[in-house]
Amino acid sequence: MNTRLVAIVASAAVLAAAPSFADAKKDAKSQVEFGISVAQRGLWREAIYRWEKATQIDPSYAAAYNDLAIGYEHEGQLDKARKAYEKALELDPNNSQVRQNYELFKEINDRTAQKDK
Amino acid sequence: MIGPHRKTSRALPRFVLACIAATLAALVAACGTDYFEIPIETPIQPKLDVSPFQRVLVIGFVAGGTDDVDANQETVRLLRSQLRTKSSLKVIDADILPLIEVARDQSQQAPADDSNGPRGEGSAPPRPANGNGNGVGERIQGVSLPSNIKDEKDLEPYERLFANTAYWKRIGEEFQNPLIVTGTVLFTNRSTSGFVQRDQETFDSLGRRRVMPMRTYMERKGFILRPKFVFIDGRTGATMYSESYREEILYNAQQNTPALSSYFELMDRLVPNFLSALSSQKIRGTRVLLK
Repeated sequence: MNTRLVAIVASAAVLAAAPSFADAKKDAKSQVEFGISVAQRGLWREAIYRWEKATQIDPSYAAAYNDLAIGYEHEGQLDKARKAYEKALELDPNNSQVRQNYELFKEINDRTAQKDK
Repeated sequence: MIGPHRKTSRALPRFVLACIAATLAALVAACGTDYFEIPIETPIQPKLDVSPFQRVLVIGFVAGGTDDVDANQETVRLLRSQLRTKSSLKVIDADILPLIEVARDQSQQAPADDSNGPRGEGSAPPRPANGNGNGVGERIQGVSLPSNIKDEKDLEPYERLFANTAYWKRIGEEFQNPLIVTGTVLFTNRSTSGFVQRDQETFDSLGRRRVMPMRTYMERKGFILRPKFVFIDGRTGATMYSESYREEILYNAQQNTPALSSYFELMDRLVPNFLSALSSQKIRGTRVLLK
C-alpha cells in the first residue's frame, strides 16, 4: 500500500515537474534566439547577457554555450570564451559547427599565447 | 487498358514524392534555420605595455641582402607611416640612422680610447655622419663585422649593437625617452626549381569548365624577407621585446617583378604582427551561432 502511494506521489511529482522543465527549455531557447537577433544588429553585450541567462536556465544547452563563447570572443574575453567553448563541446562533442568555431578561436588564442612567451 | 494503368502507377509515386517534398519544405520553413553565420572582430591586446611612452622613434635597421632595395630606409618609412595611422603613439620624424656604420664605428674603436673617459652629459649620441665618437661601453669590442651583409651569418655579429644599453639610453635621452624601434632586415633573392601543383582550367566539347590539378616543372624566382624587430625602452636603453619573422614570395622565372614591389608585398603580411606588439588589433573572422 505504502509502496503504491510512494509510486503515485513520485509519478505525480514527475508529471508536475515535466511542464516546468519544458518551459525552462523553451525559455532558454527564446533567450538564445533573442541573443542571436541582437548580435546580428551588433548589440553584443545584450546578446551575451541573454546567452548567459540561457545557460543559467538550462545548463545542458550546448548551443547557448557556443553562442556565449562567440560573444566573449568578440569582446576579447578569451579565457571566458575558451571555457564556454569547452563546455559546449563537453555537452555536444559531435557538433561539427561548435568544433569548427573552437578551432578558429584556438588559432587566435594560440597566436596571443605565442606573443606572451 | 494496360496503358492508363501504367500511367497511374508511375504518377502515384511522383505525387507521393511531391507531397513529401512539400511537407519537408513546410517543416523547414516552420522551424527556420538553426544556425547563423556571423562576422566577428576579436580584439587582441598589445604585447607591450606602451603606456609609459607617448612617442615612438623608428630609428633605423641593420639591413642586408639585395642591393635593389634600401631595406633600412624603406622599413623605417613604412613602419613610421603605419604607426602614424594605427597606433596612439606620436611618431618622431628624425634622421634615419645608418646602423651598420654605427656598429662598425663601435667595433673599430680601439680599447685605448677608454682613457678618454665617458662622454660628457648632453653630448649627442654617436653618429658616423657627424663624426661623433663613442663613449665607454658603446662599442662592440673585438668583433669583426662583415662589410657586406648577404645572409643571416653576416648579420649575426651586428646583433650585439642592440645589447649596447648605454648607446640606446643616450639615443633615448636625445629624443626625450621614447619607445625605440630598431632591428635587422634581410631581403634576399631566391630562385628555385621543381615540380609545382597548379590548377589547370579546361573546357570540354560542350563548353563545360573543368579545373584539374596538374604537376608541372617550374623555375621560379623571388625574394625572402627576414626582419627582426627590436623594441627598446628609451629611458633605460634595455631591450623590452623582440620578434623575428620570415616571409617568402616566388614568381614564375619569366615574370619580372621589381624587388621593391615584392618587398612591400612581403612587408604587408608582417605589418599586422608588428603593430600587434604595440597597439591592440582586431582580428576579423566568422563564427556560427546556433539555436
